[in-house]
Amino acid sequence: MKILALDSSGLVASVAVVEDDNLLGEYTMNYKKTHSQTLLPMLDEVASMMELDLNSIDAIAVSAGPGSFTGLRIGSATAKGLALALNKKIVSVPTVDALAYNLWGSSDLICPLMDARRQQAYTGLYEFSDGNLQTICPQCAVGIEEIIEKVNEQNRKTVFLGDGVPVFAEYIKEHVKTAYEFAPAHMNRQRAASVAVLGMVLFKQGKAEDAAAHKPEYMRLSQAERERQEKERDFRI
Amino acid sequence: MMNNTEREVKILAIESSCDETAAAVVVNGRDMRSNVISSQIALHTLYGGVVPEIASRKHIEKINQVIEQALADAKMTLDDLDAVAVTYGPGLVGALLVGVAEAKAISYAKHLPLVGVHHIEGHISANYIENPDLEPPFLCLVVSGGHTHLVKVLDYGKYEVLGRTRDDAAGEAFDKVARAIGLGYPGGPKIEKVSHEGNPGAISFPRAKIADGVYDFSFSGLKSAVLNYLNGCRMKNIPICQADVAASFQQSVTDVLVEHARHAIREFHMDKFAIAGGVASNGTIREAMETMCKEEGVAFYHPSPILCTDNAAMIGAAAYYDFMQGKRAGLDLNAVPNLKLETTV
Repeated sequence: MKILALDSSGLVASVAVVEDDNLLGEYTMNYKKTHSQTLLPMLDEVASMMELDLNSIDAIAVSAGPGSFTGLRIGSATAKGLALALNKKIVSVPTVDALAYNLWGSSDLICPLMDARRQQAYTGLYEFSDGNLQTICPQCAVGIEEIIEKVNEQNRKTVFLGDGVPVFAEYIKEHVKTAYEFAPAHMNRQRAASVAVLGMVLFKQGKAEDAAAHKPEYMRLSQAERERQEKERDFRI
Repeated sequence: MMNNTEREVKILAIESSCDETAAAVVVNGRDMRSNVISSQIALHTLYGGVVPEIASRKHIEKINQVIEQALADAKMTLDDLDAVAVTYGPGLVGALLVGVAEAKAISYAKHLPLVGVHHIEGHISANYIENPDLEPPFLCLVVSGGHTHLVKVLDYGKYEVLGRTRDDAAGEAFDKVARAIGLGYPGGPKIEKVSHEGNPGAISFPRAKIADGVYDFSFSGLKSAVLNYLNGCRMKNIPICQADVAASFQQSVTDVLVEHARHAIREFHMDKFAIAGGVASNGTIREAMETMCKEEGVAFYHPSPILCTDNAAMIGAAAYYDFMQGKRAGLDLNAVPNLKLETTV
């Protein structure tokens, strides 16, 4: 089984092709250029280097959120265009789950942290048992204090990763009561290879969707919708 | 090189610059085989205008269905196409990016050439679809919610912008005035409708002239004049006649647009004049333009309302001429929210 995976949910743009137990190609960039300009040229580069016949892939996995709204849409629209043209299905891979998958096999508690601005993180809590990702706290958008409280409740060694680590490092130092580590550079940001491997697991579970139906999981309303809801709530009070 | 004019060039066009998700198939720039538009107006009405993030979210939910419908209506598959075209600016960046990323992916996966189209160039080219005889050079006034441009179309793909708005677009002024007199969004059709019952000469609103740019427009002063008038009435307890305000405002906009167009027709000795853009479907403005063109002895062109609103058929029409001139976009094509309609004389 061959999976093409895309991740443009954060600052990283990443493309990978995984066939069964082999990572055939991966291209990851963590540079300021916009994903709109880089993602498809990166796919083109990977595909031409490995002489990939796009028709030979079984499904397209995309890091479907949460993350940067625009970044998610670039990934999703690219996946939807490819899927429409190639007549393939899309596997929506939860971004925070895919980050946790970078640390496959770890015996520690895994806490991905993505900077969600406004003092919040896109985060969750995970562990691996018998090679399977187990979700302790599903991906969510919460204040840093909320997730750190959950980490402390678990009371076990924790590994933090993601672009939220530099943002919340001070807070972690001051408030985390368990032993902890920050994951090193080769596994601490989004990687399309992880999206592909987790995508393959989900695909085998029958969790692929029609390209037309796919949309990102933002985990947040737009500002206008939020303000409107607040106004309505105030009105009711 | 093969003589391309002898074969059919079939282009799939995609447009997502504002609040319509649209796709169309156009053959040889003039023959519209399909034109699918998924409008979000009802959604944005709740907020009194287009909310960029909501528009972007809707685009990604609808885009594949819209493209598939456009292909089905045209009785074609992607394998029948010669190129993919997409609007890459100007517009809302988040909204544009959905169409751009989608079009690039389709073009890449199907090995089809990609053509990036300027949204205003699309509006102008909407006139080609229903007017087989229309060819450059001609003068075109593009009026919509986001744009007010007076353009000299020198040749296919060659434009000289004579004037543009210094502040609000004409359609924007319609929206803002509609909100102020309690008509709501979208303002254009609502003001036009209520104006039928009003007296366009009831209130004398200003017709702005720009000293250092005879072809430039300004509508923010007009909008302020309407707001001042409304405030004045309220303070003096004078009842406000919604229909008279609407009709007088609409007349002021119409007069400004008509006089700018007339001036340009005379100065540049143009014998063809076209209007385009969402506001071009306003009946009062269209009739006034038609009358002016008759007076000046020039041919008048305008698209049907469905081709005035944002649509993809117009993008396919513009793309054909770009395609024939060899213009191609790369896989790194980006959305350009403030893309300029270049003067490529």
